[in-house]
Amino acid sequence: MELSTFFQQLTNALSLGSLYALIAIGYTMVYGILRLINFAHGDVFMLGAYFAFYAATSLAMPWWVAFIVAIGLTAMFGMGLERVAYRPLRDSPKISVMISAIGASFLIENVGIVVFGGRPKSFPSIPLFDTVVHLGPVSVLSVSLFIPVITAAILVALLWIVNGTKTGLAMRAVSTDLDAARLMAIDVNRTISMTFGIGSLLAGLGGIMWTMKYPQLNPLMGVMPGLKCFIAAVIGGIGNIPGAVLGGFLLGVLEIMIVAFLPELTGYRDAFAFVLLIVVLLVKPSGLLGKHQAVKV
Amino acid sequence: MKIKRNTLLSLAGIALLAGAIAVADATLGRFSVRILNLSAIYIVLALSLNLLNGFTGLFSLGHAGFMAVGAYVSALLTMSPAQKDMNFFLEPIVPFLRDLQLPFPLALLAAGACAGLVAVVIGVPALRLRDDYLAIATLGFAEIIRVLITNAQSLTNGAQGLKAITKYSTTWVVWSVAALSVAFMLALVRSSYGRTMKAVRDDEVAAEAMGVNVFKVKSTSFVISSFMAGVGGALLGHMITTIDPKMFTLTLTFNILLIVVLGGNGSITGSVIGAIVVTVLMEALRFLDMPMNFLFIKTDGLPGLRMVIFSILLMIVVLYRQRGLMGNKEFNWDDFLGIFRRKGASGAGGRS
Repeated sequence: MELSTFFQQLTNALSLGSLYALIAIGYTMVYGILRLINFAHGDVFMLGAYFAFYAATSLAMPWWVAFIVAIGLTAMFGMGLERVAYRPLRDSPKISVMISAIGASFLIENVGIVVFGGRPKSFPSIPLFDTVVHLGPVSVLSVSLFIPVITAAILVALLWIVNGTKTGLAMRAVSTDLDAARLMAIDVNRTISMTFGIGSLLAGLGGIMWTMKYPQLNPLMGVMPGLKCFIAAVIGGIGNIPGAVLGGFLLGVLEIMIVAFLPELTGYRDAFAFVLLIVVLLVKPSGLLGKHQAVKV
Repeated sequence: MKIKRNTLLSLAGIALLAGAIAVADATLGRFSVRILNLSAIYIVLALSLNLLNGFTGLFSLGHAGFMAVGAYVSALLTMSPAQKDMNFFLEPIVPFLRDLQLPFPLALLAAGACAGLVAVVIGVPALRLRDDYLAIATLGFAEIIRVLITNAQSLTNGAQGLKAITKYSTTWVVWSVAALSVAFMLALVRSSYGRTMKAVRDDEVAAEAMGVNVFKVKSTSFVISSFMAGVGGALLGHMITTIDPKMFTLTLTFNILLIVVLGGNGSITGSVIGAIVVTVLMEALRFLDMPMNFLFIKTDGLPGLRMVIFSILLMIVVLYRQRGLMGNKEFNWDDFLGIFRRKGASGAGGRS
């Protein structure tokens, strides 16, 4: 294996890992606050990509306007989803909420198939992201360099929101104890809504960057990344934002590197994440960075 | 005397149903018979998921994986060596498996047994997890099974799947299996095993404190459920006559989940009714995917619209009627006859 190939793969791995991390954060935030696997999160990611696609093609917006509009729409969609599918079930058994999440996911996918059409669409090329950059012997698409940088910037902003603002304080309070937070005069519904908004915003951004790197859109494109990113969140310790980022990078790097260095395993690519998940759940169910929580009776 | 009356009514009901199925099998067209039989297979599958989900409180999303195991085992065991050679044109099949051929009933049992065996292997680690972790782990295992089947070219013919499977799933076969499953479930749920399962579902900690071996109950339920899923998958394979790994995705599990939730989580009657209603609706609503021509609105075929309707249906049930059609109640004659009496069956009352 030549060193240049290694670096080439490393850039790919880092950008895939960044995308996984962005989506995993949405899972982990929602889980942290509601103890709910938001099965529809992968589909929100898909919607982000489609919103950007239609804004850029049908509405002929400049790409950066299209991206901002799409990210905004996705965030709003995520908040609406919580309002319609999860809020009415706030006090219901866990299984009902999870079934609702699965139902919402299938609904979005199938509406996607009806509205967007089942045939894959390809995103128009944007020169800024599509140029090949030569870094010594390594040549990569510029988008692969943009993705980790943007992700890092977003992460810093997110950590500031969660740890440095009042909204973030409310989020942490609600995730620690929802009822106690309500007694402390925190608007729980608003806080949960904000969490969904931020999570979906990141998913939308992830979806757009995903289509920059892999410029094919189809209504089921969110399913696999969605599952994998949930796994990334579990690996890192669900409910823990740095954990989700770690899990995302770990998964992205492993996936790319195993395929690159052990090509005979390529057919098993989609199973890596699940194997990793099961190993982590068995060895350290609370995840790499998660705290062990005792079940209270 | 009342018990005797109810037994007689039940026997009469069963005879009537059997007669109705016989008449339907003889008179209906091939398409309708197919729907009839599909309902029976879905009854088996829904019951098996309900055993986990409704009676033991284990939320599993791995059903498609066990069905895949059952379908492949049974298909491979019943095919003749010549059929196998025809299917495996990319890479020859393992010689041992090539020459192995079993009669259909044995193959069906083997399908269930293999699915059960896989469940033992998966259950030992996975059942240590709770709630949504279990759901995601079983989903992961199902996906791993699917990837393994896709890649084990010389064992399963990989992504090409298996074609020309013998059509053993006749009306009588599938409905007998369905009836057997219903009878088995009724017996199981009323036995002490069934009671411990419900105890685990209602409160795991309390059940454990009462001396129930929670892990054993969970794994028993998991293995039985997987056995039934394997049999159901095998029947499905022998009805459609072609199988490939793409059939057994989360969507399939979702369909069964829809039946269980719609019928009522924890109700055998509910699963039976749900299976029939959903299967018939699925086919009846097929026109939605076709080109349509209303007075003013013309659509040229929207594939997926049918699934939209079903997703909405599931959402409505979960949001507004969480108990489903039957709640966790079962059909019984006293309640049923009570509907027709003016004063209702207040004295007779139903088991709750």
